[in-house]
Amino acid sequence: MTETKKVDCRGLACPQPVISTKKALDSIGRGTVVAVVDNDTARENVALFAKNSGHRVEVEKIEGNYHITITKDSPVEAGGEQETPPLQEGRPQAVYLITSNLVGQGSPDLGQVLMKSLMVTLSEADQPPRALLFLNTGVMLTCRGSAVLEQIQALSRRGTDIISCGTCLEYYKLKDKLEAGRPGNMMEINRYMAESAKVITIA
Amino acid sequence: MGPETSDDAAVYRLNDDLAIIQTVDFFTPVVDDPYLFGQVAAANSLSDVYAMGGKPLLALNIVCFPDCLPAEVLEQILKGGADKAAEAGAIIAGGHTVQDDVPKYGLAVTGLVDPRRILSNAGASPGDFLVLTKPLGTGIINTAAKGELAPEESFRAALETMLELNRRASEVMARCGATACTDITGFGLLGHAAEMARASAVTLEIRTDSIPVLPGTRDLAAMGMIPAGAYANRDFLAGQVDMPEHLSPVTTAILFDPQTSGGLLISVPAAGIDLLAGEMKRAGVRAKIVGRVREKGPFPLVLI
Repeated sequence: MTETKKVDCRGLACPQPVISTKKALDSIGRGTVVAVVDNDTARENVALFAKNSGHRVEVEKIEGNYHITITKDSPVEAGGEQETPPLQEGRPQAVYLITSNLVGQGSPDLGQVLMKSLMVTLSEADQPPRALLFLNTGVMLTCRGSAVLEQIQALSRRGTDIISCGTCLEYYKLKDKLEAGRPGNMMEINRYMAESAKVITIA
Repeated sequence: MGPETSDDAAVYRLNDDLAIIQTVDFFTPVVDDPYLFGQVAAANSLSDVYAMGGKPLLALNIVCFPDCLPAEVLEQILKGGADKAAEAGAIIAGGHTVQDDVPKYGLAVTGLVDPRRILSNAGASPGDFLVLTKPLGTGIINTAAKGELAPEESFRAALETMLELNRRASEVMARCGATACTDITGFGLLGHAAEMARASAVTLEIRTDSIPVLPGTRDLAAMGMIPAGAYANRDFLAGQVDMPEHLSPVTTAILFDPQTSGGLLISVPAAGIDLLAGEMKRAGVRAKIVGRVREKGPFPLVLI
């Protein structure tokens, strides 16, 4: 069933117009919501929100107000911008899953040297990896005091997404020591692994 | 030093070794808790002195307060301000209160600086690195918080950065050969960067992928939680920023997001960047390199 709803957001302060529009969109299966706003900020914010939620947006100026017509075709998951950048065609960039602060079993000293060597190699590669995902003791590498922080930060600057497992940071009490990239949850980490053609695990 | 270079504060030279810095700022509450609001407002007011490379000495409270709210709220705001000023090593010597419908609070701050070591907007030279000492996103997160849509993690991170004095960052840059500095507040990163570019007669090249951002800011911006100030800042700089075509509205909003008690944008010569980066880290400041200073081109700001 197609529904039409009108939301009068005139006189409402930011972010109320977005909230009212969102409520109206959430309340219908499919159809149109017309949000009426009286200022440019509300117009841009409501349009941005609706577009990022996957809806069609048309704006019309009528007697000093903006009428924003939002068409919801099917119930979509409203989730803002996609967090994971789309894969670049023809250039399979690897994703590294790093579940330890050392490379391999055996001597910890050697494991540390190997990790440093790996990060230096990655940071100097022609094509940086798409993402580095740090789990378990791997998160120690992205935190203050890590011997490879500089290399990881360099990768971040080159566009590699650096994600450290939030639960792991919490467990090792490193949450406020994260110095490279951002914390992420298992859903994000799993999405990277599931969507990538090449996942390399360092354990 | 007067208003022509759009600096953060007025500077008056008393003699060859001493100049006073004078600045004032106050605003409406950004957080509900009055004690925290007092601290944030004071950190924000003190920041202008730090941005000039100086040390705050004295401060006066500026308060607007309605008679319908309990006096304890005002006490808590003032306590927050006093505690933050004490952390900065400054004394609050008094102040003035006006009755008003909406509470407002801030400080008029007097600081001291060696006139040879003033860090104005005007000293950035081609080849310098640009360093930003706090992540962006407080405007967007505060907007979302008004609608109770800010995740707890984002709100806490924003509060933490707003409460942080720019003291340590200022001390580090003063001894590491910085050539120019401004603090990032209402005009957003690009607004304040444009002022520095103009005052220094250079072009600033900003790397959009290197900008530190508070957790959750991108999601909230994508939801349309963008304050009016961000759009005003963008429109004010229309035609002055060379932007890549593919830059998303979300990234643009973050770059123009008005900051409360934001970080310092520091210009430092290439020879000093390693020292500065190392010292910032040792001082516990999360400084990030966000760009370079270039010869003056057709645009004051270039985003890459």
